[in-house]
Amino acid sequence: MSTSSLPIAKAITAGLRDAMRADEKVLIMGEDVGVLGGVFRVTDGLHAEFGAQRVVDTPLAEAGIVGTAVGLAVRGYRPVVEIQFDGFVFPAYNQITTQVAKMHYRTGGRVRLPMVIRIPHGGGIGAVEHHSESPEALFAHTPGLRILAPSTAQDAYWMTRQAIECDDPVILLEPKRRYWLKGDVDTETRPDLDPWTAQIRRPGRDLTLLAWGPSVPLALECAEAAAEEGNDLEVIDARSLAPLDMATIAESVIRTGRLVIVHEAPVHGGLGAEIAARIQAECFYHLEAPIGRVGGWHTPYPPARVEHAYLPDLDRVLDAVDAALEH
Amino acid sequence: MFAVSAFTTAIPQPALEEPMVQLLAPDGTRTPHEEFDAVLAAGADGAAPAFDDPERLRGYYRDMVMVRAADLEATSLQRQGQLGLWASALGQEAAQIGAGHASRPQDYLVPTYREHGIAWARGIEPMTLLEMYRGISHCGWDPYALRTHPYMIVLGAQAPHAVGYAMGLQRDGVVGTGDPDTDTAVLALFGDGASSEGEVSESFTFAASFQAPVVFFTQNNQWAISVPTSVQSRVPLAQRSRGWGIPSIRVDGNDVLAVLAAVRTAMDEARAGKGPRFVEAVTYRMAAHTTSDDATRYRTGEEEQQWADRDPILRLRRHLEQLGEIDEGFVTRCEQDAHDLAMRLHHHIHGMADPDPVSIFENVYAEPHPLVEAEREEYLAHVVQFEDETEETQER
Repeated sequence: MSTSSLPIAKAITAGLRDAMRADEKVLIMGEDVGVLGGVFRVTDGLHAEFGAQRVVDTPLAEAGIVGTAVGLAVRGYRPVVEIQFDGFVFPAYNQITTQVAKMHYRTGGRVRLPMVIRIPHGGGIGAVEHHSESPEALFAHTPGLRILAPSTAQDAYWMTRQAIECDDPVILLEPKRRYWLKGDVDTETRPDLDPWTAQIRRPGRDLTLLAWGPSVPLALECAEAAAEEGNDLEVIDARSLAPLDMATIAESVIRTGRLVIVHEAPVHGGLGAEIAARIQAECFYHLEAPIGRVGGWHTPYPPARVEHAYLPDLDRVLDAVDAALEH
Repeated sequence: MFAVSAFTTAIPQPALEEPMVQLLAPDGTRTPHEEFDAVLAAGADGAAPAFDDPERLRGYYRDMVMVRAADLEATSLQRQGQLGLWASALGQEAAQIGAGHASRPQDYLVPTYREHGIAWARGIEPMTLLEMYRGISHCGWDPYALRTHPYMIVLGAQAPHAVGYAMGLQRDGVVGTGDPDTDTAVLALFGDGASSEGEVSESFTFAASFQAPVVFFTQNNQWAISVPTSVQSRVPLAQRSRGWGIPSIRVDGNDVLAVLAAVRTAMDEARAGKGPRFVEAVTYRMAAHTTSDDATRYRTGEEEQQWADRDPILRLRRHLEQLGEIDEGFVTRCEQDAHDLAMRLHHHIHGMADPDPVSIFENVYAEPHPLVEAEREEYLAHVVQFEDETEETQER
């Protein structure tokens, strides 16, 4: 039987394992990914199965990790880099934006970088500083990169495999607060839906509630609460942040007339702004209310004891939903 | 640990007494060097002529003359408005021709943006380099065909790429096999300025930890735009890698034989699986940083004249004259070939068409991407408005 119930973290492990079995050019590299199996155990068991040449414990130097992955990719490998925590991707930001994103373009398509950069992201885990960031907008604004944000175990497994199979560089944002959320995973039946497409998780009529990654369970919870008040929300999981599947989102908003976007990253300059701008342009005459956005404040991520006031929660999202419905 | 005589991890006290290996003095006289004499004599694996065989020496001379001629023509073209910018490698010909010829065809070279002599040695047409500086493309050659990485403008960012490529070589089993046509290494080039970038240090860390087959080659040309090397480092640059346990050597970068021997030794040791090496080639950037720079603002004519007396091409010519291995006929033929090259570049540039603006949308991604495709259509819809006007203008 190919379907099992797996937590998201283990679905990723399975995806990595199956990808490495399928293609000997796939390598894993990062801090603590080998002997330890990763600080979240996502690469657990892979070092034992594939050895130190394919599962590489690197020095503690993110620019060097991503930069050497570039060199390995030029040489024909498919490196899967792990950035240990979202807040530590910034030392590699130069390599990701000036090098990884641009290599295919600047070489006229002669050099491909089929690499994956896995980043456990998001907050709500009671962590110390720099362990709870949501940097997707900083990468979505860079042409040449793709970004996937699985929210379920099934997506976590298949997006891992599809990101590795993709010939473009892909940032895989792993929802670390949901690492232990279980779901059914069918590892044998390749899904019809490609990873670049959004998915309606809960059909509805009254309002479109768009979220991704760690915020999808929150959006579903909101829809349950709203249903008790007689409001029927359509919940969309964006799944792909670069490219954005605007067609699915627009089709939904044309039906419902109202949109609220939820993400952990600050609202100001966040990816919700891009989506809102496009929807107002493409669905202008279908909108019954202004587009709402709920997310982090324009502050650095706060200390853990008050992160509950920073992250979007049920009340703040329902407030935005009510405001749109009552407009 | 194996014995390396020319390469060392020891730091002399005081540090400033770091020796600089020189086989050809500025006046052209040859100094013996036991280890490097043997490397030069061995040639390309013994079967071909020695690296210091007079025929080869004349070849290096011609290469340097051609590279310099292309360089001077490029500067001239920039002054004529045909190039947006040019970064001259004037004065660095020996460092680059020497390093280029020390590499084997299967090696992978990773340059910065001034490696026009390396490009020549790798078979990259000067025309291609000019395309970049004219603004026609970001990289005019196929890195796979010519085994040379694209030029790099984010300084130092190429160093981790070089190490990663070398890590790939290890996994491909083309290191330490003993077959000189199979064993492969990477030559990573960067300047004195770039050596301060953090990613260069990270490259040393990865290279040392994984004992990757990579040779770091720094042309210390004394200036990073207007900032002298003394601001980048208080100790000779050759000593930097030794903190990582990477053996290194300092050579006279204007001495094509010293560069060739040192880089050949380093590359062969890296290929043999002995780990990374570092070579500091002491040279001089005879021109300004680029055609946008005014070197008179920060350095003296006296300094430039001192270095002109140590010119790499002049030096090799003097040496060939002392050997009786160069005549006026050869020199004249080189000058004629150089002139012809310059004229070809001149005419090629003047005839060079701009790319179609719609090419902006090509190759952003390897796989289809809806946003790029939509924006391409948006752009085309925009320009079609002006098509009638263009036709009218052309008819007139």
